[in-house]
Amino acid sequence: MKNIKPFRLVAGLGVALGLGLLASAPAQAQATLDAVKKRGKVLCGVSPVAAGFSFADDKGVRRGFDQDVCRAVSAAVFGDPDKVESVPLSTNVRFQGLQSGEVDLLSRQTTWTFSRDNSLGLDFGPIVFYDGQGIMVPAKLNVKSAGELGSAVVCVLPGTTTQQNLEDYFRPRNIKYEAVVFENSDEWRNAYFTGRCDAITTDRSDLASVRAVAPNPKDHVILPETISKEPLAPVVRQNDANWRDIVTWSFFAMVAAEELKITRANVDTFLTSKDPEVQRLLGVSGDLGKMLGLDAKWAYNVIKGVGNYAEMFDRNVGPDTPIGLTRGPNKLWTEGGLLYSPPFR
Amino acid sequence: MTRLFYDLRVRAILYQVLAVAFVASVAWYLAANVSQKLAEQNIVTGFGFLSREAGFVISPSFIDYKPTDSFARALLTGILNTIFVSALAVVFATILGLIVGVARLSGNPLLRALAFVYVEALRNVPLLLYLFLWYGLIVNLLPPVREAIELMPHVFVSNSGVTIPAMNWTPSHTKVLLALMAGVVLAMTVRRRMVAQRVSTGVERRMWPWVLLALLGPALVALLLFRPEITIEYPEKGRFRLAGGAHLKPEFTALLLGLTLSASAGIAETVRSGILSVGRGQWDATKSLGLDRGMALRLVVLPQALRVIIPPLTSAYLSLFKNSSLATAIGYPDLVLVTNTTMNQTGQAVEGIAIMMLVYLSISITISLFMNWYNARVALKER
Repeated sequence: MKNIKPFRLVAGLGVALGLGLLASAPAQAQATLDAVKKRGKVLCGVSPVAAGFSFADDKGVRRGFDQDVCRAVSAAVFGDPDKVESVPLSTNVRFQGLQSGEVDLLSRQTTWTFSRDNSLGLDFGPIVFYDGQGIMVPAKLNVKSAGELGSAVVCVLPGTTTQQNLEDYFRPRNIKYEAVVFENSDEWRNAYFTGRCDAITTDRSDLASVRAVAPNPKDHVILPETISKEPLAPVVRQNDANWRDIVTWSFFAMVAAEELKITRANVDTFLTSKDPEVQRLLGVSGDLGKMLGLDAKWAYNVIKGVGNYAEMFDRNVGPDTPIGLTRGPNKLWTEGGLLYSPPFR
Repeated sequence: MTRLFYDLRVRAILYQVLAVAFVASVAWYLAANVSQKLAEQNIVTGFGFLSREAGFVISPSFIDYKPTDSFARALLTGILNTIFVSALAVVFATILGLIVGVARLSGNPLLRALAFVYVEALRNVPLLLYLFLWYGLIVNLLPPVREAIELMPHVFVSNSGVTIPAMNWTPSHTKVLLALMAGVVLAMTVRRRMVAQRVSTGVERRMWPWVLLALLGPALVALLLFRPEITIEYPEKGRFRLAGGAHLKPEFTALLLGLTLSASAGIAETVRSGILSVGRGQWDATKSLGLDRGMALRLVVLPQALRVIIPPLTSAYLSLFKNSSLATAIGYPDLVLVTNTTMNQTGQAVEGIAIMMLVYLSISITISLFMNWYNARVALKER
């Protein structure tokens, strides 16, 4: 190592660095599906902790509604719902995580809004959960409606639509309030439980999960007002229409299954069904799977692996779980709800 | 031509030019790469969002900020919150650090041990953990605001902070305050003049009546001239909160406490090393002049120790300022918290991070420049 000419050293470094930069420029693969197949698993951006939606159970396995949306995609692609690797992303970094290719899809209680759809280079899949922002208060405050919250302190999370919804709701009603914003959802919940805030606000589904982990869930009431529309949908990058279709139709397969009364348990008996739509859905006839670039039995695998929408809902957030949500607007259109799958044809 | 290339000075200049060109081209490449990739992914870029309506509340804010104001004003509010808490923490940490640093060298073994424990406990645990601890203590141990403890009449302590009666502030109050500040400057000038006179003439005159007059005179005149009304607003229990009065919030308190304590530990060590750097002979000399220990410290040792203290003190101030960004964790709306919200509502992360970096960089450089100037001022002047 003697007499390295400084000039050569600089030039060498320059070339090396230049090549390195070129190589590391994010390669936005048009074919997310190929990358997923090659990797052997779906990278799924989820909430770090949201009871019922995505949380680690006592064995360390992540479960929840959002998790199941990802598992459906995994089942469609691999025939196995468990080839999902979950990447917990905070509200603040979730979109960057997807944009940069760190995850293949985001299934993380994310509200579909105009500006998110049109300025982030991302696309939203189908609405998987019709939610709305609510406000929860301790029962002992004896508050009956959001209109009584004048001069109250409200705990909110940053980087969500909730902060702006709160303002949009209170400003025209001339209600003065104060907001304390927490980056960390544990601090945010704790500040509410200790009484630092008089009220806590987020999507109603999420409020139910907060209440589920309260020391005594009965001490908290969710106010009747729904102050915003919060359609929660999975998110994918804008540059891959095929991948978006896979995510979209993996979900619709579960909705269609509920409509056709196909469940995890009885899906095999439907393989011999005479109903042409059932036959197309389960890949007995037609070539819907091929159009997506997937196996003919992709939808069968989704239903066999994850179940239909009702099963997914009831298992994770339904009335028999600690979250205790009713279907509400998330009922099928045939039952007066908003869930509606385009036909499998 | 080859001879020119072997000329040492020409080569030196050539290397400099090449190095600058290299750095510039890497920077240009990175910037171009980012904007191209963002455009390819249809991600909106530019700083146009700054003039759009922010639509979220920030409390506390030191300037008049409403949710209808622009993102630019929201960011300014965040910057001021950062500066305010850092500036207060710098003042308190310096005072506390000086006291603890001197205590570390005290002749009293108990005091010395106490100062030692203080320093080691604070500087060996990450600041973030302390922030969670202080905030957790305030929020979990103190009662909720509806069961607030009334410490003194009209002074309430709860886990929503401390609420005290406050005077209604008007422009005429500001004028009186300005007059009082002018009085401080005047009093210092008068004192310096009189000391100089005493030194040159050797005649002892009573100083304090004149200094006192210079100090309070302008304020008294302003008081008579503007006659500010004194009305006091008492906090009252509302349905949810205490309305009225002045309110010290727990997020701010915990952050100020955390920053002050952790920085004071570092400063204490700096002060100790500074004092130890002053030669033994200086102490002996003060004893022979009959100065007591306090005077020796104040008049002889500390001024010399400052030369050693100031450079590391600059670093301590800089890290305190940068550490204030941990505010996000406990919900104090500093620059980082406001920028995070802004980035999420606009989706423009690159711009948001760039603004944050620029602000931290420029304020840090300002602190460095000021401290370097002060360092040059107290440096040993060799004549």
